Amino acid sequence: MAKFRGAIVVDNEKCKGCGLCVVACPTKVIDLNPDVNGKGYHYAYMKNPEACIGCASCGLVCPDSVISVYKMNVE
Amino acid sequence: MIDIQDIIKPENLVYEKSSLLTDNVMHYCPGCTHGVVHKLVAEVIEELGIQEQTIGVSPVGCSVFAYNYIDIDWAEAAHGRAPAVATGISRLHPEKYVFTYQGDGDLASIGCGEIMHACNRGENIVVIFINNAIYGMTGGQMAPTTLLGQVTATTPYGRDAKLNGFPMKITELIAQLDGTCYVTRQSADTPGAVRKTKNALKKAFQNTRLQKGTSFVEVVSTCNSGWKVTPVEANNWMRENMFKKYPLGDIKDI
Amino acid sequence: MAEVKLMKGNEVIAEAAIRCGCDGYFGYPITPQSEVMETLMARKPWEETGMVVLQAESELAAINMVYGGACCGKKVMTSSSSPGISLKQEGLTYIAGAELPCLVVDVVRGGPGLGTIQPAQSDYFQATKGGGHGDYHLIVLAPASVQEMNDFVDLGFELAFKYRNPAMILADGVIGQMMEKVQLSPYKPRWTEEEIEKISGSWALTGKKGRERHVITSLELDAHRQEDFNKKLQAKYRKIEANEVRFEKILCEDADYLIIAYGSAARICQKSIELAREAGIKIGLLRPITLYPFPTQAIAEMCGQIKGMLTVEMSAGQMVEDVRLAVNGRVKVEHYGRMGGVVPTPEEIVEALKNNFEL
Repeated sequence: MAKFRGAIVVDNEKCKGCGLCVVACPTKVIDLNPDVNGKGYHYAYMKNPEACIGCASCGLVCPDSVISVYKMNVE
Repeated sequence: MIDIQDIIKPENLVYEKSSLLTDNVMHYCPGCTHGVVHKLVAEVIEELGIQEQTIGVSPVGCSVFAYNYIDIDWAEAAHGRAPAVATGISRLHPEKYVFTYQGDGDLASIGCGEIMHACNRGENIVVIFINNAIYGMTGGQMAPTTLLGQVTATTPYGRDAKLNGFPMKITELIAQLDGTCYVTRQSADTPGAVRKTKNALKKAFQNTRLQKGTSFVEVVSTCNSGWKVTPVEANNWMRENMFKKYPLGDIKDI
Repeated sequence: MAEVKLMKGNEVIAEAAIRCGCDGYFGYPITPQSEVMETLMARKPWEETGMVVLQAESELAAINMVYGGACCGKKVMTSSSSPGISLKQEGLTYIAGAELPCLVVDVVRGGPGLGTIQPAQSDYFQATKGGGHGDYHLIVLAPASVQEMNDFVDLGFELAFKYRNPAMILADGVIGQMMEKVQLSPYKPRWTEEEIEKISGSWALTGKKGRERHVITSLELDAHRQEDFNKKLQAKYRKIEANEVRFEKILCEDADYLIIAYGSAARICQKSIELAREAGIKIGLLRPITLYPFPTQAIAEMCGQIKGMLTVEMSAGQMVEDVRLAVNGRVKVEHYGRMGGVVPTPEEIVEALKNNFEL
């Protein structure tokens, strides 16, 4: 059981679907959505939300600053 | 079982967009390193509390519109002339934090003279140098930092030293100049690298506060559109090829 | 008590800059104007008024330092001579495009190319028609004495800030190098931050504090918005043309013939009209003081009175085109010039007058 649980909120309309967050995520939480946003991009989303530890790696590498990261201690 | 909505609460927020970034959607291609570095510059200015004292100088190239994204006063310079413009601003506003944000074509090619002399005079400015080994805005032509063999729009058979000369390690040249106090080369491809680059930028702006001279931060970057690969592949290509020619780390820190 | 001194034109530029509260000078040595920066460096105004003086690595860098200083709402200037002014054209078009005030002094020498170091007026087109790319103008003042070198520094800054437009003092090697008696201007303090806020607070880069961010740029991707900006610039130029024309008329009341000349050529022509009048030719001199805006109206108004006009320029004939446009075919307009750094004598100008108009 993880000590921390996390979650991300993606600004779907501003996400360009570059996928850098997908590879940056150490716990394989994120994937690109099969759906597209208004600009036609497959935006990032939490495919495995339970695995998120709130480390913010995705937010750090995001070029468009569209990811907010939340983290809570669940011990 | 914890519901996601229980996590997404203001008290649990650990990372969000800097308040110094405007709401304008960046014009950069998906995965472009410019966005990451813009964010870091905004975060550093915000954390140092120097928004009211900072003036940026944007270049010609993809980042010409940097002024649309970071909420500070900006001057947009002619190609390569940002260090001269920054000199004028800094000399007349010696108490301000003045920085240039330049790409490899702007800084190492058309503005080679201006950057050398601004650094040699030790202008009390920060220089942020984005090296992605290609001209982005004009459509992927050869830059002074383009690697040997690298295919660009003007080196369609790969850069040939006989025809095009050699990749230019301008940051090493800059480090030789007595006016510079801090010269470093970083990247922004992993969370760890992003943190290091942010620390480098913070140190650079703190050097301005200490009136130490020119701080020069190169960020080895990607241009996935120009390189014609995906953003993730671009990072891989950069690590395999660019880092060999342009090794990361501090070159000078006094 | 006014301070009167015997000084070189170039030295006076430096002295006038310090006295008018200039904030910064950025230059690069070139003959025949190097005394401007040499005088400033010797005077050390940074100790006296706080004025910044910096020798740049090139004219290109110098004009871009001026761009940077002008962005801050400061009174900044540069000086150079013809080949150096060519290098500065890039910066000047950006400065005009960003609507920044600054002062540029051009002590013209013979061209083209590296040319000569002797005086010439062959950069009239470059100075008055824009010089760099795009539709723009500099405000151009043409001094004919060392006194005017002094006076036009302050006037140049005044006009530059009034219209947010670069201003140029278009001198030449004669005016720059000659020594004359000059009444120096009294000292004016440099603008305080509060004064800059009042004068240029709506656009200057002073740090984003309690307002929207200021961006100085000449870039616009949308063609229609760029056209709107160009229209705004053109409206400004029409205003400058309506309000800022300056010229001097000498012995024009009874004149049948007219010489039009500016700068040092006008000085020589003063002697020429004396000689011509001694020979019985009723002739006057019109000296444009502003080359842009050009005294088009004043010249046009003389068409009814004048039988022939002669422009005298140290060039192949550049201002003569503006005179012909003003006259629009109503009067015969001829040109007499020397080139490459050769200065005409008063006598040869009288000869040219006689030959052209069969007098």
